[in-house]
Amino acid sequence: MKFTLSWLKEHLETDASAGEIVETLTSIGLEVEGVDNPAQKLAPFVIAEVLTAERHPQADKLQVLTVDAGTGGPIQVVCGAPNARAGLKGVFGAPGAYVPGSDLTLKVAAIRGVESRGMMCSVRELELGDEHDGIIELPQEAPVGASFAGWAGLDDPVIHVSVTPNRQDAMGVHGIARDLAAAGLGTLNPIPAPEITGSFACPVEIRTDDPEGCPAFYGRVVRGVTNGQSPAWLQQRLKAVGQRPISALVDMTNYVMLSYGRPLHVYDVAKLQGALVARKAREGEELLALNGKAYRLDREMTVIADDAAVHDIGGIMGGEHSGVTEATTDILIECAYFDPETIARTGQKLALTSEARTRFERGVDPAFLEQGLALATDLALALAGGEPSRAIHAGTPPALERTVPYRPRRTAELAGVDVPEPRQKDILRRLGFQVTGDGVWDVAVPSWRRDVGGSADIVEEVIRMEGLGAVPSTPLPRAPGVATPTATPEQLLERRVRRTAATRGLNEAVTWSFISEGEAEAFGGAAWMLENPISEDLKAMRPSLLPGLIAAARRNLARGAESVRLFEIGRRYLADGERPTLAIVLAGEQAPRHWRSGRAQPFNAYDAKAEAVAILTAAGAPVDNLQALEGTSGVYHPGRSARLSLGPKNALAEFGELHPATLRAFDIAGPIVAAEIFLDRIPQKRTSGHMREAYAPPPLQAVKRDFAFLVPLATKADALVRAVRGADKHAITSVSLFDVFTGPGVPEGQKSLALEVSLQPGVRSFTEDELKVISDRIVAAAGKVGAQLRG
Amino acid sequence: MSDLETLSRDLLERIHAAVDLTSLEAERVAALGKQGAITGLLKTLGRMTAEERQVEGPRIHGLRERVAEAITARKAALEAAELERKLATETLDMTLPVATGPQGTVHPVSQVMDELAEIFADLGFSVATGPEIEDDWHNFTALNIPETHPARAMHDTFYFGETDGERRRMLLRTHTSPVQIRTMMRQKPPIYIIVPGRTYRSDSDATHTPMFHQVEGLVIDRGIHMGHLKWTLETFLKAYFERDDIVLRLRPSYFPFTEPSAEVDVGYSVVKGRRVLGGSDAWMELLGSGMVHPKVIANCGLDPDEWQGFAFGCGIDRLAMLKYGMDDLRAFFDGDVRWLKHYGFSALDVPTLSGGVGA
Repeated sequence: MKFTLSWLKEHLETDASAGEIVETLTSIGLEVEGVDNPAQKLAPFVIAEVLTAERHPQADKLQVLTVDAGTGGPIQVVCGAPNARAGLKGVFGAPGAYVPGSDLTLKVAAIRGVESRGMMCSVRELELGDEHDGIIELPQEAPVGASFAGWAGLDDPVIHVSVTPNRQDAMGVHGIARDLAAAGLGTLNPIPAPEITGSFACPVEIRTDDPEGCPAFYGRVVRGVTNGQSPAWLQQRLKAVGQRPISALVDMTNYVMLSYGRPLHVYDVAKLQGALVARKAREGEELLALNGKAYRLDREMTVIADDAAVHDIGGIMGGEHSGVTEATTDILIECAYFDPETIARTGQKLALTSEARTRFERGVDPAFLEQGLALATDLALALAGGEPSRAIHAGTPPALERTVPYRPRRTAELAGVDVPEPRQKDILRRLGFQVTGDGVWDVAVPSWRRDVGGSADIVEEVIRMEGLGAVPSTPLPRAPGVATPTATPEQLLERRVRRTAATRGLNEAVTWSFISEGEAEAFGGAAWMLENPISEDLKAMRPSLLPGLIAAARRNLARGAESVRLFEIGRRYLADGERPTLAIVLAGEQAPRHWRSGRAQPFNAYDAKAEAVAILTAAGAPVDNLQALEGTSGVYHPGRSARLSLGPKNALAEFGELHPATLRAFDIAGPIVAAEIFLDRIPQKRTSGHMREAYAPPPLQAVKRDFAFLVPLATKADALVRAVRGADKHAITSVSLFDVFTGPGVPEGQKSLALEVSLQPGVRSFTEDELKVISDRIVAAAGKVGAQLRG
Repeated sequence: MSDLETLSRDLLERIHAAVDLTSLEAERVAALGKQGAITGLLKTLGRMTAEERQVEGPRIHGLRERVAEAITARKAALEAAELERKLATETLDMTLPVATGPQGTVHPVSQVMDELAEIFADLGFSVATGPEIEDDWHNFTALNIPETHPARAMHDTFYFGETDGERRRMLLRTHTSPVQIRTMMRQKPPIYIIVPGRTYRSDSDATHTPMFHQVEGLVIDRGIHMGHLKWTLETFLKAYFERDDIVLRLRPSYFPFTEPSAEVDVGYSVVKGRRVLGGSDAWMELLGSGMVHPKVIANCGLDPDEWQGFAFGCGIDRLAMLKYGMDDLRAFFDGDVRWLKHYGFSALDVPTLSGGVGA
């Protein structure tokens, strides 16, 4: 909402400066977004008279003028304007003046050999309009030497206020003036109530057949109007707030709307046939609106139509056909009340916004139809002449009279500020509320304050006028002692795995929750697809965190990164819920080329496994019981990936080298390895307090024995390790595989796996016989999985 | 000089002159070996009378001991010299570079979330979370934003074109406020929570991304008023920015789910071209806040005459930018490892109250 200071002062008697007004507006909740005084940039320009005008000796199209700018002597100016002539009064800028429309600073210059000491300006050069046919011509009474902006009434700051959606009443200058008056910045002038005496009955029948969408339709005809340009004062006001003047009668509707928040519409009676009726649109009816676009309407939309056609999308935008023109002689002024919900739905469906919709959907003052119509008629008569008919009041606007019970203590209870009762009463009355009763007040809410419905709203009115600066900082009640921990097990898990990943040299990224449909497709497709994505690339809710990280890895490699180790903690969006996940992508070099290790090493699937196992260990997962099973999702290389599972169904993580098809889909060169850890699948240890299990280190040293077994090539190492570990659950404390070998000495189709077994003696050392018994058990257990002790 | 003294001097001189372990060993054999000079002298003791032995015995044994000691000492000296020579050939270029392993980092958004959790835990707030794919009842209706409310359009909502079992439109939450609703419906007051998380709006320019992070605060208790809100925000911001001169300015505003509502501006000054919070030279908008609307409390099945409280919301990305000086929001979501290493945090920078929440 924009308005000028002089416009405001028509509604508010005040001595306050523009600065005070701006500060007060923001402090009472009408946030000022900007203040622009066009006079500032016009300050160097003064009114001047052309004394003489001679042909430039070197150029046909130029003249050499002498100008009186009230500085004493004549000033020589070279000018190219065809209308420059002796006796003309115009606007002069001296050397040093900045010309906003041309973005240049004037200086003394020689133009084709003739000195020029300033410039006579055009409308466009001063950014007052688009005209550039010649220099500005002012009336003869314009005083030479005076400031042009001051004389032209342009020294009038334009204030831009951001009006919150609850404050329809502040979408007119009068409402803003009311708030300022309530804040103590002056006295509100009453809205004029012109008496319009119609000398004849309204010749067009007006009625509403849609009491739900348009409960009230007031209107009247004015005949014999002359619709020309509106006067300069009106054009200037509209232009100042960014509205384009169109014609006197259209400008009139905009002026009433901007002044009082009361939208109107004016029809050319000559273009109407029969009665003008508010009704629901018929399916498929169309209207060519004033913005030049055609709209297809449906049965839920309220329109104004005559016998022949729809002329107005009620409360949103009028039609091109029945709009007023310079040829119009008889008009019909519409002042109606449209249901806010209907307006909102229609506007949303048609994706059509307008100043009228903005006001109607927030709810205009239902008690301001008759006066609104009178103001409109009065202004129309003043601007375009004519003779008014009597008004028709079709339907009844909704009664919005509400009384809110309010205890004055409520302001202290809710806002924390003790505002004395008389002061509260005064604030409410200035805002138009009526207060009666003792103890619990009955506060009658004015018809223009649709947003006020409860005592909390009354508190807000009081406190915003009292000033939120008065709210005292008050400590929250606090439990005695040290603050107790609040984090949930899930939150602790997330923190732990995040910092574990970072200690392992991974960089945490945050990528979009939405990816392209194609990227999602490579990961089994998205369960959730946006209907109105911002772009096709950000459309599908990710079923995996890997697409985002692979794309980030690709960008990094393209920027020349040699090694990319990214992880992200976030959600996968599946049909049955959002799953917390930690994903890792490793691309480029695992180790750079180095004088100690030689050539650079790429990542391989074991690097991904190492990260997955390390993070699962930190997360408290039972890693010793996890099995690395085949059968990962198709994004991985089928032979170089695995699921880390507790039992065949419950995978806690997947890892491996990415499938070449996945790499192709993301246009990235491999090998790239990745892992996803499904945080919600990790079984949480039951907490049993801080006490640990009792423990004392065994007194005797562990005994280590090495075994080498021959197994078929296809045998998984894990099967052998598990078998050996199970050979003597009492004595064997760990089994580690330290060598895998194929080649000389190992039969074709087999491999040698070498294990180190740790045996822990109890109270006395093992005897040779005992060690032999255990060894035999180990060999026997290995035999069961097809392993043969290597001779 | 006796023969023995001559022999002693001769042996010791030769031992001392041995240039390496081989020649020293030859001297040892010559003196103490089976055929050695001293061994020979020792053998003569057996043929002596008791009186002679008493005189000659200690002299010969003394000689033997002196020679043995000299050999040991010479041996140690030769070995030390030998080792020194060997070590002198074993130098490494200790200026060569070594690999210390890759440096991992924590994303600023995660770090700030941990900082918030730490500060608010001290004030008695716990951290609550909720779904990002929401329905329009939790995201709008329950928050006093009915379907035709202009504020709905202002939210630039992403929709899925689907409805749930109760015919509610599914959408991406536009703020973390639906978690207020879920918490109030699940848990009895008093409620003291913060809700950090991802939020989404269909908006993209230099300062807006379609996904961003918000933190919401909610207090529902008896007798809570705007003064408590102001204190909480002041206390939080002082702790977060680790500055005592944080000044807040509350301005009346409008949010459908709070009444009264206030925008919260924070004072700042410009230092070396960057905004630094503190003081009141200039103001920037930082938070939205207000007293929870009675309708919202009632929508959650609580009695608004018994329970009241406040809510506030703030951008986490913004908080991170203001504290740590990043100036481009889009870079937060690009995953550029150079940016992550520059603006990210060490794994060990865990925010604590005793160590400070900033890193």
